[in-house]
This record gives sequence, structure tokens and C-alpha cells, in this order.
Amino acid sequence: MIVECQHVTKRFEGRVVVDDLELEVSAGECFGLLGPNGAGKTTTLKMIYGVTAPSEGSIRVFGVDVVRDPRTVRKRLGVTLQENALMEVLSPVDNLRVFGRYHLLSESEIESRIEYLLDFLELRSHADLPVQALSGGFQRRLSIALSLMNQPELLILDEPTTGLDPAVRLSLWSRVGELRAQGTTVLLTTHYMEEAERLCDRLVILAEGRVLVEGAPKELIRRHLARDALEIEQDPVRHGPVMAALPGVKTQQAGRRLMLYADDGAALLQAAERAGADHAGLHLRPTNLEDVFLALTGTGLEGGA
Amino acid sequence: MIVSPRHALSVWKRNFALYRRTWKLNLLPNFFEPILYLVSMGIGVGAYIQEMGGTSYVAFIAPGLVAVAAMNGASFEVTYNAFVRMNFDKTYESMLTTPIQPEDVLAGEVLWAMSRATIYGGCFLLVIAAMGLVSPGRALIALPLVPLTGLLFAAIGIAFSLRIPNIDLFSFYFTLFLMPLFLFSDVFFPLQERLSGVWLYVAEALPLLHPVRLMRAAFAGHASAMVFWDLAYIAALALALLLVAARITRRRLMG
Repeated sequence: MIVECQHVTKRFEGRVVVDDLELEVSAGECFGLLGPNGAGKTTTLKMIYGVTAPSEGSIRVFGVDVVRDPRTVRKRLGVTLQENALMEVLSPVDNLRVFGRYHLLSESEIESRIEYLLDFLELRSHADLPVQALSGGFQRRLSIALSLMNQPELLILDEPTTGLDPAVRLSLWSRVGELRAQGTTVLLTTHYMEEAERLCDRLVILAEGRVLVEGAPKELIRRHLARDALEIEQDPVRHGPVMAALPGVKTQQAGRRLMLYADDGAALLQAAERAGADHAGLHLRPTNLEDVFLALTGTGLEGGA
Repeated sequence: MIVSPRHALSVWKRNFALYRRTWKLNLLPNFFEPILYLVSMGIGVGAYIQEMGGTSYVAFIAPGLVAVAAMNGASFEVTYNAFVRMNFDKTYESMLTTPIQPEDVLAGEVLWAMSRATIYGGCFLLVIAAMGLVSPGRALIALPLVPLTGLLFAAIGIAFSLRIPNIDLFSFYFTLFLMPLFLFSDVFFPLQERLSGVWLYVAEALPLLHPVRLMRAAFAGHASAMVFWDLAYIAALALALLLVAARITRRRLMG
């Protein structure tokens, strides 16, 4: 087991931020922490890499008690912080060098690692320019490169793609895939459902410091809803008759939107039309984690769905 | 947690890597500052002063200005620069994702502040040796006092920086603390001769007084038993403040 959290609780000034968390990440897995802002995702990560101590409970990483021996643990993991912390007047290469020294790598190890990472994260074209001259996507890739300097067995990514454009996001996802193919365990937080579905083998959804559910993305969707989702955008007074005509179908409502869930989407679509749903507002799509989250909490991930 | 010297050194190297990029911008103003005082006060005002403390006025103020250069070099580093690294640039946050511990960060920063003090104090020492205000031999004796002064003001400055919530408060530190020290710590006139009674003892609390007195002893080439008191004062105050700073650093960086 790479990460084991047992009965972990964290309180800040009397407020419970993480509440009795149980979590296990096994070797080679990509594990996601999902939840809205303030759910306790970043605090959980900080406890796992040992920069914040839990108020109660124990955390073992690589089998080592991280509170007792944070140096040993952090030698073997890498962390990409939510906000880039780069030395802006220095070049990407110099930033990587400085970070290699934090890990006490030898100068020759540092140089060979830099060579590898410049290619792996496509940094070579601007390797010697000051970081402040580089785009947001480039800076993000550099941040990830920094956290890979020590060839970590566990890579922790705190909202790796927040604020990035879709192309950069896609390319980062494929880098994460390559790292996993090399055997790196990945632990990430995100509030992008698509990201979680694409990357994570397993995930937990957190809200207010508690685990709501845990499982593989597909399994969570099956367990809580159904394969297909039919969205109906219409005047809410029409929701009632549609629901009444389709007894036994799982539904949820968010303002003008009514969602119906079934494993056979095509049949559901026809049934909804027969029941008088507004044609113009129908949209059939695969059920996603956002639906699961809505079903579990009654609110959307980005607040106020 | 005990300081790991190699990790502390990696923090130092981080600052050095950045300094190498910007040293021309940083070094010149700091380098000229004590020279301007030396010229204005020493040669300008000095023209009207026959002698002070048994030497020319310019030779009287030279040792104190070396200590002042060291004080300023260290102070900027542990105040504005350290505050920005801690609160705005997330530098420490990113260091703590590696095996570096808060105590290593503190040790590296203090070591770096001492280096900056040595760069400025050392350059100025070189200038006044070239001007013949101190012999090369005595300048060598004075040299280790430069990082020692840096240590003292690194400790004072970092302890202050860790406690303030707002970067604007540094103007108090510079104007109401360092500036009076600069003016009243035996640099420009023999402080002890202007004081009497209990004030003689109260003045001993001034942190800059001790490095200045040590520097003066090194320049003069003879020392009294007072140097032990001066050294003890510097060591004790620096150690006490660094222990406090270590506790606060851990609390601040590991919320």
C-alpha cells in the first residue's frame, strides 16, 4: 500500500476540515480526490506529504509514518502545488536545478534528469528563457517537471489542470498516462469530472471533509444512477407530468433542468417524448460523475448547479 | 527536528542562483551606500574635526560603517525578501514538498543573509583598506566580524518578519529601529563619552553597538576584556532569537 490514512481528522481553530477520513491508495494506481472547493482536498494532500499534521488518526506513506519521518517520505514523492511556485527571473533549466538540489541529487544526476524532463514535458524550446516570459501552460508543465526531479514513486497533483486550455489539459493527461505506465502511483485532486473519469482508477468524493462515496468512476455511476442520462430543459411546471408518466426512473432536478437516468438511453428518450417532454430541450448523454455528485449532495461541484 | 546542513545549503543555493542573475542591480546601491557616508561624513564633516578617538574623523567612522554595511546587507534579505518568499512567492511552500524541513529553510535563509552581509561588508572593507584606512593585516582580523554582524541582524530581522502580518510594517523596522541604531551606536561619535550613570548601561542594549566596538578593536589592533562581553551579547541574542524563530517558522509553514 502506498498511502494509508486511518481515522484521519484535521481541525483548524475548532473547525473540522477533514472528518474521520479512511483512504488507501495502492501501488500503480491513479487515485482521485473530488469535491467542491473547501471539501478538504488540499488539506488531505498536505497531511499525506507531511506538511500538516493530522489532529487525530495516522497516515502511512510507503509504510512510513509521515508525521514521524517526513524527510524519508518526501524523498520518494513529488508534489505539484495548486499554484505554481516558480522563480520567475530564472530559466526553466535553472528552476529544475534548484529543485534537484532540494532533493540533494548530485550535479550529474540533476543534469541527466533535466535532459529527460525537458523532452518529457516539452520544455526544450524555451528552456533558457526567463519563466516570466512563458505561457501559463508552459509554466504548469514546468511545475510538474519540478515535482518529477527526484523520480517520485508517488506523484501528488493538486488541481493539475485548473485554468488551462483544453489542448494543454489533454497533453498533461497523456503525460500522466505515461508516468503510470512507468509504474508511478498518482494521487490527484480535481473538480473537473471529465478529468477524474479519464485518469482515475478509483476516487472518493469529499464534501465538508467527509467521504461521500468511494469507487471506480464507472462503478459509481452504475451504483448510484444508470448508464445514460437524459437532460430535459423546459419550464419546470412540465417536470411533474413527465416524472409521473415514467415511474421507477431515477430523476433529479436542477432549476429548469430535469435529468432522467436509464441504462437504455434511446428507450428513455422515446418514453420521455411520449410523456410530453419539450422536444427542443432534450439532450441524451452518458451519465457522468457530476450527476453522481448532484445525486449525492443535491449541489453541483462548482457550486450552485 | 534538527537542521540538516545539506538541505539548509540547498536553500542557500536557491538564493544564490537568483542573486547571480540580479547581483549587478543589487550590489551597486548597497556598495555605494557606505562609501557615500564615508565621503560625506568622513571627508566633508571630517574637515572640521581635528581628531576623534585619537585618529582622523574618517578613520574613526570607517570601522563602524563596515558593521553598518553588514547590518544592512543582512537586514534586507531577512525582511522584504524573506517576507515575499514566505507570503507571496510560495517559495517555502514549494520547498516543503521536498525533504526540506522548516528549520532547514530558516538555517538556509540566515546563512544566506550572512553571505549578503559578507558581500557588502567585505567589499567596503576592501575599499577602505585600499584607501589606507586600515592595514591589510587588521582588515583580515576584522573580516570574520562581518558575517558575525550579519548573523545578529539576520536573527533580529527574521524574528521580526515572522511575526508581522503586513509587509508595510517593515518601514517601522527600518526607520524606527535600524536608523536610530545607525545614528547612535558609536559609529559617528564615541557614544560612551556622551553618556553617564545608568545610561552607560542602558546603551549596552543597542545591538549594533557591539559589532561596532568589536570592529573598532580589530581596526585599532588592541582589545580590552570588553570584547568578551560584546561577543557574548551577539552570540546570546542571536541564539535566543533563532530558537524563537525556529518555533515560529515551523508553526507558520506547517499550519
